[in-house]
Amino acid sequence: MMNNGNGKKGPQLTLWEKLYFPEIIHGMSITFKALFRPKFTRQYPEERWVPPPVFRGRPVLVVEDETNVERCVACGLCARVCPSLAIQVQAAETELDKERYPELFEINMLRCIFCGFCEEVCPEEAIIMSKDYEMTFSNSKDAVFGKDKLLTPASQLKDRLEFLKQYR
Amino acid sequence: MPKVTIVEDPVSGKGKTVEVENGTTVIRAAAKVGVEIPHFCWHPGLSVAGNCRMCLVEIEKMPKLAIACATQVADGMVVHVNSEKALNARKAVLEFILINHPLDCPICDEAGECNLQDYTYSHGPGHSAFQEAKNKKPKRVPLGPNVVYDAERCILCSRCIRFMDEIAKEPTLTFVERGDRVFIDTFPGKELTNPYSMNVIDLCPVGALTNREYRFKARVWETSSTEAICTGCARGCNTNVWVRNNEILRLTPRNNPEVNNYWICDNGRLNSFRHVNSAERINSPMIRKDGTLQEVGWDEALAHAADALKPFSKDEVAVLGSAYSSVEDNYILQKFAKQILGTSNIDFLRHEVSGDEDNLLIRADKTPNALGARVVGVVSPKNVDSPRIFELIGSGKIKALYVMDDEVAVTKDIEDLLAKLDLLIVNSWVSSKTTRLADVIFPSATFAEKYGTYVNFLGRVQLSRPAVSTLEQERVPGRFNMSRLDNFGSAFDRWNKGPRRNVRSSWEIISAIGNLLGGKMRYQSAQKVFDEVAQSVPAFKGLSYAKLGERGASLSEGAIGKKTKEEALVR
Repeated sequence: MMNNGNGKKGPQLTLWEKLYFPEIIHGMSITFKALFRPKFTRQYPEERWVPPPVFRGRPVLVVEDETNVERCVACGLCARVCPSLAIQVQAAETELDKERYPELFEINMLRCIFCGFCEEVCPEEAIIMSKDYEMTFSNSKDAVFGKDKLLTPASQLKDRLEFLKQYR
Repeated sequence: MPKVTIVEDPVSGKGKTVEVENGTTVIRAAAKVGVEIPHFCWHPGLSVAGNCRMCLVEIEKMPKLAIACATQVADGMVVHVNSEKALNARKAVLEFILINHPLDCPICDEAGECNLQDYTYSHGPGHSAFQEAKNKKPKRVPLGPNVVYDAERCILCSRCIRFMDEIAKEPTLTFVERGDRVFIDTFPGKELTNPYSMNVIDLCPVGALTNREYRFKARVWETSSTEAICTGCARGCNTNVWVRNNEILRLTPRNNPEVNNYWICDNGRLNSFRHVNSAERINSPMIRKDGTLQEVGWDEALAHAADALKPFSKDEVAVLGSAYSSVEDNYILQKFAKQILGTSNIDFLRHEVSGDEDNLLIRADKTPNALGARVVGVVSPKNVDSPRIFELIGSGKIKALYVMDDEVAVTKDIEDLLAKLDLLIVNSWVSSKTTRLADVIFPSATFAEKYGTYVNFLGRVQLSRPAVSTLEQERVPGRFNMSRLDNFGSAFDRWNKGPRRNVRSSWEIISAIGNLLGGKMRYQSAQKVFDEVAQSVPAFKGLSYAKLGERGASLSEGAIGKKTKEEALVR
């Protein structure tokens, strides 16, 4: 009986395996063969992955290209539906036709679980999930994304907007 | 008296029979047995208009459906509220109303407390046969300084028009145009400036009339509401205080037929909570050291106040209570003055603005608790009233003054008098001329930060509950309608980071000083203080917080019950 030190039974080895050197050579041969196979590793971060439109990355606010105004009317439904209470919206009045706009729009990316409920509930298609999956912060305050980080031109979000049109 | 049967359940067909007064309408009879009949234009406080057709019900032996708001009951009447015919009619009515009603709930402030939204969920067709473009009408029309009108959202129920005619007695609003172009406007040359104009905002069953100040500030589900009392005048209107992030955002009236019905004046609604959110709030006890006021801890300030009061004889001190403060505060103050200081120099200031009153709600006395202060004994047994106190300060006979929750230095003369004092201790919400002269300042809790009872000019005792948390007083869960943020949020949420002020109720402060001076004033809560008031003041006999409930009770007259189900259903 072998004992691995924990008082538990270790793997039962055959005599061939117990001889040790043949198994070493076997392992090395596998490594050696892999050298001539095609590579599957991505050289991140030099080489980045571009997700398909179905991917739910960081939620962003859509800004219309022509008018340069965000679509959001600050109705607060995203904040209401957000299961992790990550979104905070403060509305204010504007002279534009849409009457109200978000004076403050913050998403706490430490809380966000990328469920996409905000996108689903949004009546204006104003908050959508982008392809951005790279978020690093050095402190919790930086993780609260304000309008400066959230506002994104619609032209950059074409893929997702078309995907939503098609499947929703 | 006619007996009427209200059938709510169309499947079993079993109804509830109720006996009502002659002339009662079906909608009221139904409310009596706890059945809600949907309605827009009917309001329990206004006359019957019967123009929205939402309350159609089927009545046996009547050839057609009848509107429940205008049909009077007859003996033996059987009303089917939810029969197939009635439900279909209501569906059709809603579809008609929604033809020109914009689908802008995300923008509309009323969303979340909108009758049309609620009924569309519960009774609506869920689709529209109307394919054409919706009507265009004026939007964002300021009807007056406080009310903004959106004609597209308006369902033309005429509640606001009837309110101005019947309750405010100043017909300002009217329908203009005809057919699908009709909308509401003020008469030419008139503006909605009536002191009760903002009630039309609450009356509006949709979001057509909005509060200019509260517009877009918050969504209703983000705010918690607490039952409080308006402290703007001696009427003591029942209110709901709406709070988000520990900040009061708005005040709405709460129905109490004994006091204010469904109404509140604009001044009370807009201004009676200004001091709670004020930037001028005092946030720490302060004592005067080397000529300047310095922030200190509670224990130090209380000990300092007690020590400073000791050297004065009983005729050298005077105490001013406050008609702005609660019964509890004033009771403790007079007990402190009479039993511990032993002085008879006690009174409170009157704040009457003669002429500024009317027959509806507004009273000339601008304090919520003048009667209460008098009844619990903030009155001098030797007739040393406030003018006499100021006289005695002037002649140097009174050297120390304790002021509770009031601005004393209203004129330059009094300001000069206060400067003469050897010792001035002030409990105050905000920094004022009086606090600038004070030797010791205690930050005290406003009506929105404490449990407190107020006695209105008719002798009605009403309980106000804490809507805003302080450093020491939490809002008590279950005593207010919690918003989602308050329900599920944590202390780390940004919307929980609103300022929690370092204040105490005046009764807490005064009883602590009393204890330091050798008194026995140990109370655990405002409720315990009130229990003692009920025992020792004959007028309050038999009253307790539980008996006051949501509606209050009259002085020495036992309790008046809670809100009935009937009243909960009529909105």
